[in-house]
Amino acid sequence: MKLYDYILSPSCYKVRLLAALTGTQLTLRPVDFHPGGEHLSPALLALNPAGSIPILEDGELVLTESSAMLVYIAAKAAPEWLGSGDPAESAQIQQWLSFSHRLTASLGGARLVEMLLRPGDLAALQASGVKALRELEAALAVQRMKGDIFLTGSKPTVADIACFPYVALAPDGSIALDPYPSIRLWLRAVRALDGFIEMPGIHRLHELKPEPAKETA
Amino acid sequence: MSDPMIDEWYPVALFSKLDAAGRDTLLMGHPIHVARTGSERVAATEADGRSLPVRIRYGHVWTSLGEPKKELFDIPEADEPGRRLVDVGVVRVRCSPLRAVENFLDIAHFPFVHTDILGAEPHTEVEKYDVEIREKEDEVWATKVKFFQPQAAKSAAGGITTDYMYRVPAPTCSVLYKTCPPRPGEWDVITLFVQPLTEELCDVWPWMALYDDEADMTDLIHFQQMIFLQDRSILENQIPRRLPLDPGMEIPTRADMTSVAYRRWLKRHNYTYGAQLVAQ
Ligand SMILES: [Fe+2]
Repeated sequence: MKLYDYILSPSCYKVRLLAALTGTQLTLRPVDFHPGGEHLSPALLALNPAGSIPILEDGELVLTESSAMLVYIAAKAAPEWLGSGDPAESAQIQQWLSFSHRLTASLGGARLVEMLLRPGDLAALQASGVKALRELEAALAVQRMKGDIFLTGSKPTVADIACFPYVALAPDGSIALDPYPSIRLWLRAVRALDGFIEMPGIHRLHELKPEPAKETA
Repeated sequence: MSDPMIDEWYPVALFSKLDAAGRDTLLMGHPIHVARTGSERVAATEADGRSLPVRIRYGHVWTSLGEPKKELFDIPEADEPGRRLVDVGVVRVRCSPLRAVENFLDIAHFPFVHTDILGAEPHTEVEKYDVEIREKEDEVWATKVKFFQPQAAKSAAGGITTDYMYRVPAPTCSVLYKTCPPRPGEWDVITLFVQPLTEELCDVWPWMALYDDEADMTDLIHFQQMIFLQDRSILENQIPRRLPLDPGMEIPTRADMTSVAYRRWLKRHNYTYGAQLVAQ
């Protein structure tokens, strides 16, 4: 499987992360998104007219939506990441996969404005990002009260992977995660998964990391 | 503004990406506009129309709000034939411009922030190295810096002990020289050019001049962006937000001798834009 990839793209990272968690081999083809704008080059537009990355190629199959890529990788390598097959759970997973697009548009949009100086209405993006985070916090708090740590149960699914990166990187768009204790616990649970890999801005859990207060010097 | 930093040169655009429409940006709190006016010409103007001095060098457009007393610092290696010149692209960081440079100078954070790339536990020890303020050049230099690295560069296959030299030729710019795996005896050049937007906000323009004939240009860009983005989250959470220049505030350890020299040099020149002068 070949992934058209950008190291700083949370959507590309979703695919790399699930591949790592399921032991799926990916061939990475780096795309010069910033500063080069290669995703808008004729060659990549021919592959994906929407002009977005990631793009996943597997033989004849070309996927341009990260949620579809997650489902494909899970179905091939580790179906447990698609849930138990219970109708309500399957539907909820779909619900969260759709919800993840709101995170991309809002939190991801704010991050692109703040970090890579892309055009956009920062205040509006941040406001819709906060709204989405509040919904997520409420849902995860309910899960916690039931004794479940992940979005749809006690085990992680593609839904968690789809929502994780943009939430974890919300501070890149100047949106603090301090007001959301259930989200922070959930982020930690994802980072603690066996085979977890990091991306810039999302660090692994360090036992040896100094206390934040000491780090600031 | 009496700060002598006003007479320094600052990067304000990537030359290759600058078009005639140009870029509105900030320099030390002043709105400025930078635009291309010809194939090898650019113009920088203040809001009132005053035109500012410009230079095109090291892939970037440089300007100054004041009257630069010196030419833009020289990086002789940049003109050596055979080097790949890498425009890494801008990244905005909510931190003091001086903090951004100070973090770049500090190798003690490698194992914790750039884990398994520029450093790894348990190899966290920084060996003794030399730091000086070179009077003739008026620059801060750290030399004979050695550090064990699992993947020092895109071109490094496995772990090696990497030699480093750090240089601060201007208050918001640093040049790093490091072991060049494909060409022993030569130094790869990695720079951090910082544009101070305000005292607590900057646009950072990393740039490199490398001997590496193998790697894809995109891989080189992504490697450096990955490294810098790992720093970004740390930089945005530093307290105090400005760089303390009161020596009583911090206890120097061997690992941040370069930082101590950098701060001493800033103080000597009264370079205080982005600095905190009294303990809070
Ligand atoms: Fe760093």
